[in-house]
Amino acid sequence: MNFENLVSERAKSIKPSGIRKFFDIVSEMKDAISLGVGEPDFVTPWHIRSEGVYSLEKGRTYYTSNAGLIELRREIANYMERRYGLSYRPEDQAIVTVGGSEAIDLCIRALVNPGDEVLVPEPSFVCYKPCAELAGGKAVPIVTKAENNFKLTADELKAAITPKTKLLVLPFPNNPTGGIMTREDLEEIAKVLENTNIIVLSDEIYGELTYGRKHVSIANISSMKDRTVIVNGFSKTYAMTGWRLGFAVGPKEIIEIMTKIHQYAIMSSPTTSQYAAIEALKNGDEDIERMREEYNYRRRVIVDGFRKMGLSCFEPEGAFYVFPSIGSTGLSSEEFSEKLLYSQKVAVVPGNAFGESGEGFIRCSYAYSIENIKEALDRIDKFVNKK
Amino acid sequence: MEKILKLLERDATLTPETIAVMLGIDEAAVKAAIDEYKKEGVIIGAKTVINWEKTPDEVVSAIIELKVTPQRGEGYDKIASNIYQYEEVSDLYLMSGAYDLCVKVEGKTMKEVALFVSEKLATIDEVISTSTHFVLKNYKVSGMVVDTKKEDIREVISI
Repeated sequence: MNFENLVSERAKSIKPSGIRKFFDIVSEMKDAISLGVGEPDFVTPWHIRSEGVYSLEKGRTYYTSNAGLIELRREIANYMERRYGLSYRPEDQAIVTVGGSEAIDLCIRALVNPGDEVLVPEPSFVCYKPCAELAGGKAVPIVTKAENNFKLTADELKAAITPKTKLLVLPFPNNPTGGIMTREDLEEIAKVLENTNIIVLSDEIYGELTYGRKHVSIANISSMKDRTVIVNGFSKTYAMTGWRLGFAVGPKEIIEIMTKIHQYAIMSSPTTSQYAAIEALKNGDEDIERMREEYNYRRRVIVDGFRKMGLSCFEPEGAFYVFPSIGSTGLSSEEFSEKLLYSQKVAVVPGNAFGESGEGFIRCSYAYSIENIKEALDRIDKFVNKK
Repeated sequence: MEKILKLLERDATLTPETIAVMLGIDEAAVKAAIDEYKKEGVIIGAKTVINWEKTPDEVVSAIIELKVTPQRGEGYDKIASNIYQYEEVSDLYLMSGAYDLCVKVEGKTMKEVALFVSEKLATIDEVISTSTHFVLKNYKVSGMVVDTKKEDIREVISI
């Protein structure tokens, strides 16, 4: 069989993610250390895990309703109110998904018609573009710059809007740059959007991981709430990546369509995870603070390390990545990452994996122990400064 | 500054330089704070947590419940001081409830520990009774789980 001709053209045209590239090598390499992994190193707090276990003991092994347990959606609504001051109706303005990533896919599929344009600030997480393309849309990158603290500016947004623009993805706090958008920044964006029909997909999966100031959602700007779908989840906030649970809240009309797609593709999100998530939302606020403090320690250590070795490094204000510039080494992102891996056995992710504009940068995750981070920094220093 | 204590409590090997970076404050301020804490007796010392079970050395420990008669004018402090002077005593607490002092004793053999209890502790005038419980296995010591392998089990994924 010639599968080349059988598989979907659209699926075939999608590029594989560049993040994985080096890590298969790392797992084979002895003494290699990594700053590559984009998930918390913490295990899910025990009280949350134990609720998952308890739900199994009680025999909660059935599907839930398509949109997710109503009790969980109520807790999600409470959480959005408590942490962000935003109110959503659990009955028809919230859906529980398989990770934030499913919510992103659903939102894009719910809105995009063939030919529609989806604006994607870059560098950013790798999934928006393929999701848009699979839906028949076109992803239009908007490059965010280090000198603007990797924020999306109103002018750049304005320049990218065309009559075909359907959706703006707002990936803040940002993976990989660590950039955030303040209320003032978002107000500028809101002014541009006000007289358009553009919907906002605000990916706030790192919303609890900001350092210094609280995360503000674009939905906090009153004129924007009715056109914003917020995607969030449990993976980063509560160190629950493997539970595969996220959610979206937004206008009833969009959530309804998202739920329709979800009911055919997924049916319902994992039941065990949903019970655990209820506990997370009810009693997990302290876990959030504890982990954020820990990430903050590491953030300071890693930024300090890169600056001391002479690489310019934007101080990230959110998520758990740093995005130092390697321009001064004269190497491309891929060359740098490859040489670093083979000479010092440290794995990082080349910046161009997050869009062409990431060229000249590398992404390092600080979801690692201080010990691991310091060892990695020592090795990168040796590599950069030819010690 | 209490954050310094929290960090040191968790990992005494952190240098003032690293602590300063972690907290985003001056190294000199960290050093000064640590010196002050030592002077005030807030920081008593720094030790390494060792799982002796993994070494060839035999270590036996026991928790001993002591009922004692408190002394006039001294309460329990004098008796406690008589007990904690022994090197064999690793921990000593005054307790509420069914007994008064909780003593943790370490030795090389069960016999050694038992002899220490019968010869040194039980013979103190104020001690009314002793009850010895030998530790069979350590699961968590000083806030650290004993049997953990620090292995990164996160798999390769496109994020």
